Amino acid sequence: MIMVLAVVISAALSNNFVFAQTYGICPFLGVSKKTSSAVGMGAAVTVVMVVATMITYPIYMLLVALDIQFLEILVFIFVIAALVQMIEKVIKKISPPLYNAMGIYLPLITTNCAVLAVCEITSNALVSGAWEPAIIAGVEMNFGFSVLYALAAGLGFTLAMVIMSGMREKINHLSLPKALQGFPITMVTAAFIAMAFYVFTMVNVNVGG
Amino acid sequence: MKNKYGKMALDGLIFNNPTFVLVLGTCPTLAMTSNATDAFGMGVSVLVVLTLSNIIISALRRVIPNAVRIPAFIVVIATLVTLLRLFLNKFIPDLYASMGTFLPLIVVNCIILGRAEAFASKNGVLASAVDGVSNGAGFTVSLVIMGIIREFLGSGSIFGLKIMDFGIQFFAMPMGAFVVYGLCIAVFVYVLDTVQRARRIKRTRLLRGEELAKEEA
Repeated sequence: MIMVLAVVISAALSNNFVFAQTYGICPFLGVSKKTSSAVGMGAAVTVVMVVATMITYPIYMLLVALDIQFLEILVFIFVIAALVQMIEKVIKKISPPLYNAMGIYLPLITTNCAVLAVCEITSNALVSGAWEPAIIAGVEMNFGFSVLYALAAGLGFTLAMVIMSGMREKINHLSLPKALQGFPITMVTAAFIAMAFYVFTMVNVNVGG
Repeated sequence: MKNKYGKMALDGLIFNNPTFVLVLGTCPTLAMTSNATDAFGMGVSVLVVLTLSNIIISALRRVIPNAVRIPAFIVVIATLVTLLRLFLNKFIPDLYASMGTFLPLIVVNCIILGRAEAFASKNGVLASAVDGVSNGAGFTVSLVIMGIIREFLGSGSIFGLKIMDFGIQFFAMPMGAFVVYGLCIAVFVYVLDTVQRARRIKRTRLLRGEELAKEEA
């Protein structure tokens, strides 16, 4: 149980994908103008992350077994691209309202580095036996924790998107010097949120040995 | 003809600078600029992949069917990144280690796919190569500028050389990256705006001067 907590806190808060590891900044800046679209994008990314990890993890085991690990980039990017298309079709069929809410964000996810990053982190952890973010060093690597890591990372990404969109809805009404409008002020705001998130690195979940 | 390539080079480097004007490829920009050496390594890696992918894609542009062009571009880019990864692992292991996950993530760098889609798939091989080099150089220069600023403020050194004995940890961390990146964009946009406005005023003055001269004549 404590291990589950450690993985969730690490992935979602102390090693937040956006604010601590700077993955997935493009959608973070591009789709965070309104809270509703931020939630849609966050949910879509989370779903793709979880399913992508479920698929790439066994594939990577196969690559290791066949000793062709150098193909991982090609394989992963293809799995993600195919997966995004499939999820888009499935959602369209099953739930049109959900498709209307998050369907437009799905094609953008293929080139979202957060998804590829999750696959890379979990597969690297599979090879080296140690997680990249040190806070969960005591957690042994397996399929369940990888999927949990992907889920928590996706939720952390959604949290970052939602916080940022709330801030931006206010920022849009400020009168700023022209050079600071748009991306610069968003970046500086993100820096302040990142400072707040830095506090979570003090959380030390002792997993024990 | 020569003038056209010069204009393209300037576009990539300054007027359409991928990092500061278009704000593309932000993830490696934020993650790899905590020191100037890593920033330079990342920039050159992207420059190489971008140039080669531009050349290959523009050479194959008549062969690739329009409907599957994006997957085809991604295969080209992913193959190049795989080769780059093997190369760095063998010959520059320090850079390989410090780039970590961000090396495979070059595949999803929007600058590369963006140039493939917007330029290389519509233009000749030579023009695409120039475009790749200029955009890659724009990316590299921007990254090195940010790397120098962050490394100096963060540890008082530049390219690993100690200059002053101070260091603000803040700038070596992700939040420092966000602040430096935001302010760099602001300064760049401000300077670019000022220069372009000055140019426009000069041009209208010249035109007006010609008109006056005509009227007098």
